[in-house]
Amino acid sequence: MPSRRETIRKLLQGAGFLGLGGLTWGAYVDEAKSAELILRPPGAISEEDFVKACVKCGECVIACPYDTLKLAEPGDRKPVGTPFFEPRKIACEMCPDIPCVPVCPSGALDVNLVSSVKEKNKETMLDINTAKMGIAVIDTSTCIAYWGIQCDICYRACPLMDEAIELKYERNERTGKHAFLKPVVNNEVCTGCGLCEHACVTEKSAIKVLPLSIILGKVGSHYIKGWDEDDEKRMEENDVEEDENMDKALDYLNSDWKDIVDE
Amino acid sequence: MNKALKNNKFLILRRIIQISILLLFVGGNYWGWNILRGDLSTAKVLDTFYLSDPYFVIQTFASGFVVAADVLVGALIILLFYALIGGRAFCSWVCPMNIITDSANRLRKILKMYREDVKVPINRNLRYWILGLSIVLSALFGVAAFEAVSPISMLHRGIIFGMGFGWAAILLVFFFDLFVLQNGWCGYVCPLGAFYSLTNKISIFKIKHTVENCTECNKCLIVCPEKPVLAIIGKKSGQITKGECTNCGRCIDVCEDHALKFSFNKYNK
Repeated sequence: MPSRRETIRKLLQGAGFLGLGGLTWGAYVDEAKSAELILRPPGAISEEDFVKACVKCGECVIACPYDTLKLAEPGDRKPVGTPFFEPRKIACEMCPDIPCVPVCPSGALDVNLVSSVKEKNKETMLDINTAKMGIAVIDTSTCIAYWGIQCDICYRACPLMDEAIELKYERNERTGKHAFLKPVVNNEVCTGCGLCEHACVTEKSAIKVLPLSIILGKVGSHYIKGWDEDDEKRMEENDVEEDENMDKALDYLNSDWKDIVDE
Repeated sequence: MNKALKNNKFLILRRIIQISILLLFVGGNYWGWNILRGDLSTAKVLDTFYLSDPYFVIQTFASGFVVAADVLVGALIILLFYALIGGRAFCSWVCPMNIITDSANRLRKILKMYREDVKVPINRNLRYWILGLSIVLSALFGVAAFEAVSPISMLHRGIIFGMGFGWAAILLVFFFDLFVLQNGWCGYVCPLGAFYSLTNKISIFKIKHTVENCTECNKCLIVCPEKPVLAIIGKKSGQITKGECTNCGRCIDVCEDHALKFSFNKYNK
């Protein structure tokens, strides 16, 4: 029978080892799951939930006919075993039947996120154009179209030509007789397929797809589109608390200017 | 030759099954076979239903996500199969890491390091603490914690989909078993094995000992990767009931006295 002192020592030692292991393991896991720049298959739920939900079975990877999707391998510096794609290597070809999404058994890829309701018969149909894998951004300093050299390859590679990427015409003041045809991404339409990034002719692509979480800002409740009924609804979600300085401000506005001077 | 075959019957059978399963998965990814598609985490069988790793699903649940019904049912099938029938057979009949750790053990024998352990102050219950810790960490960090580091997954997924630097983790396990601790990974550390040990209470597929035939040669104790489960050898007849027994059948292979055999039923004499 070990002494009480001995038992307590062993207990503490065990707890210490467990804490040490847990902290090390936890720190690694926390670091390993956060890959902010990862691009997921179409229909992926939010990244935070995706890393929980994905069972790493590779069904989407096997279903992808273009070998676009890959499971992250150790060394890819991405959550190991989860699917992703790199458009500069192989972009998403935007299959109309989206084979990668319905095969997901776990709920990490959600068919509803890549569906739209048909206007004709109110039927819900798969619609790859509603995918939000990322958003393309252009580095205007290395895009040769912005230099004035004629190139519209991203514009033409885009499956939603003239919608997701438009060409903006501008007079080239340098030559005085040419035009700029500058590609501009429409963030609300871009699906993030990356065919533009894949097609870009510069040595390192001047147009790149980045995840929505990186690109999209958040307005907050202070600014509302007064001309847009849907946006006005956001006012109801307003979570700004009654400002305690409001009375002070009103007093100030209502007060005689002489009072202010006296103060 | 015939004797060598007979003395390694279950070993050979296990390797055939382990490698066939991997081959079916590889075919599922590269050649469009649909007998088994996916990997050992979740697999689609015959293009109709899923089988899932219940330990993975529990970690996912702890992380705060309830997976869709397909995977839940798949995990339940596997859980029930091992709990009611196979016991801890996953570890020695399916898990590809078993091939790695058995090789390390084999090399130990060849290098005559077979029973010489560096004194490592850990015991076989460590794995249960790691199992518990993995659930706690999954909940704290919102992701399946063991699956983020599992060398087993890196191995089978590596073979099926692409290895990357996963070989480093596999080598780590191999060296740990070879130089640090005999059967270290499967017998002390692996929480997946711990999970199947815990669920292995009432399974019917078990090893049976007949003490009357035993000559106490101790060959079974030398080869057993989970030595404490063989406590009844030479003492009394009966089934090996400890949950840690992986049903690998090595003890049956090496026994020359017909004192050990597989039994499928508690009541068969």
